[in-house]
Amino acid sequence: MECGNYKTNYSKDMHLFRIPRVKLRIFIIVLLLFLLPLFTSNYVIGLATLCAIASIGAIGLNILTGFTGQISVGVGAFLAIGGYTSAILTSILGWSFWISLPLAGLVTAIVGGIFGIPSLRLKGLYLAIATLAAQFIVLWAIGRFSGLTGGGEGMVLQRPSIGSFTFSSQTSYYYLCLVILLLVTIYTLNLFRAKTGRAFLAVHHRDVAAQIMGIHLLKYKVVAFALSSFIVGIGGALLAHYTMIVTVELYSIDVSIQYLAMILVGGLGSVFGSILGAIFITLLPVALGYMIEFLTVYMPNAYSLLNSFQEFVFGLVIILFLIFEPGGLIHIWNNIKTYLRLWPFSY
Amino acid sequence: MNKIMEIKNISLQFGGVKALNDVSFHINEGEIFSIIGPNGAGKTSMLNCISGLYKPSEGEIHYKGKNILPMKPHQRTKLGIARAFQNIALFGSMSVLDNLKLGRHTLMKSGFIKSGIYWGAAEKEEVQHRRKVEEVIDFLQLQDIRHTPVDKLPYGLQKRVEVGRALALDPELILLDEPMAGMNASEKEEMSRFILDMLELKNITVVLIEHDLEVVMGLSNHLVVLDFGKQIGFGTPKEVQQNPDVIKAYIGEELTI
Repeated sequence: MECGNYKTNYSKDMHLFRIPRVKLRIFIIVLLLFLLPLFTSNYVIGLATLCAIASIGAIGLNILTGFTGQISVGVGAFLAIGGYTSAILTSILGWSFWISLPLAGLVTAIVGGIFGIPSLRLKGLYLAIATLAAQFIVLWAIGRFSGLTGGGEGMVLQRPSIGSFTFSSQTSYYYLCLVILLLVTIYTLNLFRAKTGRAFLAVHHRDVAAQIMGIHLLKYKVVAFALSSFIVGIGGALLAHYTMIVTVELYSIDVSIQYLAMILVGGLGSVFGSILGAIFITLLPVALGYMIEFLTVYMPNAYSLLNSFQEFVFGLVIILFLIFEPGGLIHIWNNIKTYLRLWPFSY
Repeated sequence: MNKIMEIKNISLQFGGVKALNDVSFHINEGEIFSIIGPNGAGKTSMLNCISGLYKPSEGEIHYKGKNILPMKPHQRTKLGIARAFQNIALFGSMSVLDNLKLGRHTLMKSGFIKSGIYWGAAEKEEVQHRRKVEEVIDFLQLQDIRHTPVDKLPYGLQKRVEVGRALALDPELILLDEPMAGMNASEKEEMSRFILDMLELKNITVVLIEHDLEVVMGLSNHLVVLDFGKQIGFGTPKEVQQNPDVIKAYIGEELTI
């Protein structure tokens, strides 16, 4: 009789989820996500869609910043490239969304790869400033080439369709985003248990040792930038087709900071952390909004004051996370898991 | 015997400091070769020149008859030159297995597309290389810690994983930078066994930096002595022990070996 969970071959030992119970849990969570539209309102589904899109972007950024250790504050720009590429391809050239989506990712990947080249020489804060340049150059270019991008007015997009079916309802678009998020998650999880992902981690930990292990630093850094940008670009295109409009203001530096906050709060170097962080940061303003509404009932005059507190609380949350839980939400989750596993004994 | 590596008149300069000054020696295939010298003599600088982290200002390094100086570090690794660092340079939060698998990086092929899809080609490759990594694990007796993150391991074991990562490459030449630093007598003995086995069982030529003279004299076939970047002795342990320069500059006036 087996008295444990034994692996009888190497393939089994390297599965994504090595314990059947965990597999079941993940399956149930995914199932619940797919069933969500059955018992919630359109408003909630809209929020869930935004969370899914943000998760895609956050995973993309985490590949670069959390896993490979290259700080980027240019996510906003890369989201913009994804959104605008898809807008130009679908609205001006009239191409199908299903071709534009991967192309949007590809164009973003190329631009991201180019901005990744300085990473060979620049590290840490210096690299952050270089990616900040990406943010400004891209936004400037979008404003400048107004013939193509509509300049300050932005562009209008359509929801995608297959045959006669259009993803115009909240629910259908939610499913589309959820499926893509699922694919991105599986891809990323796989990546980090095989050669390329390990090399990314090695570059993060010790680039000198990584070099001696035979890792071509420039190649892997540029690939990390391109791969991350590809996923961010996909997220950008999905977001553009969801809001059905792209303007320069939607992709300011604030957005970049927000995405950085997502992976910081969620957990650097964790796929599930990225998703948790994305949900947290997306829903935080909504939760604060409810709170303000609630408080305004009692203090009607304080509305404007409380409203300005939103930004304050946002900043406070990030600072508190940095101080008390640098590992992020995923670390809290893991701690709870360890606690429950040993409960009620502490050893 | 065949020379696997030849160091020809290497000089390395940092500003006004001459870290290495006209150093020449050669390493035979299938031997244990040691580089010794007091602290700051340039031993690690020499290894850095061999593995490509430093670019010497003069001289040539030939590996199997080919000058490798124009090559980048990762290209030299592909030739079969592996290295274990003095200050442990493992990838901290990754497991022992992942660290060892990284050692096999140059031997694996799947790129970011195959890696991400995983099922199929990449999985097959992972399993195949896992088998090789397990051989290293058996060799260095790391079985019960294979899934442990390396930064949770005690120092001695980390050193061993560091050596294991270099071994995982299946190298022809392995550079070991003080693999026994900070170890106690029994750990040193164990490591010495591993080094001898590398040569005997896997036919890997070993280049060793070590301070413990008893170990060095016992293990090495040949050795070179550096002092302040200058080469003051080269030959078999016997020859070096009788070299008056070495006695004077390195071991001191009172010779007790």
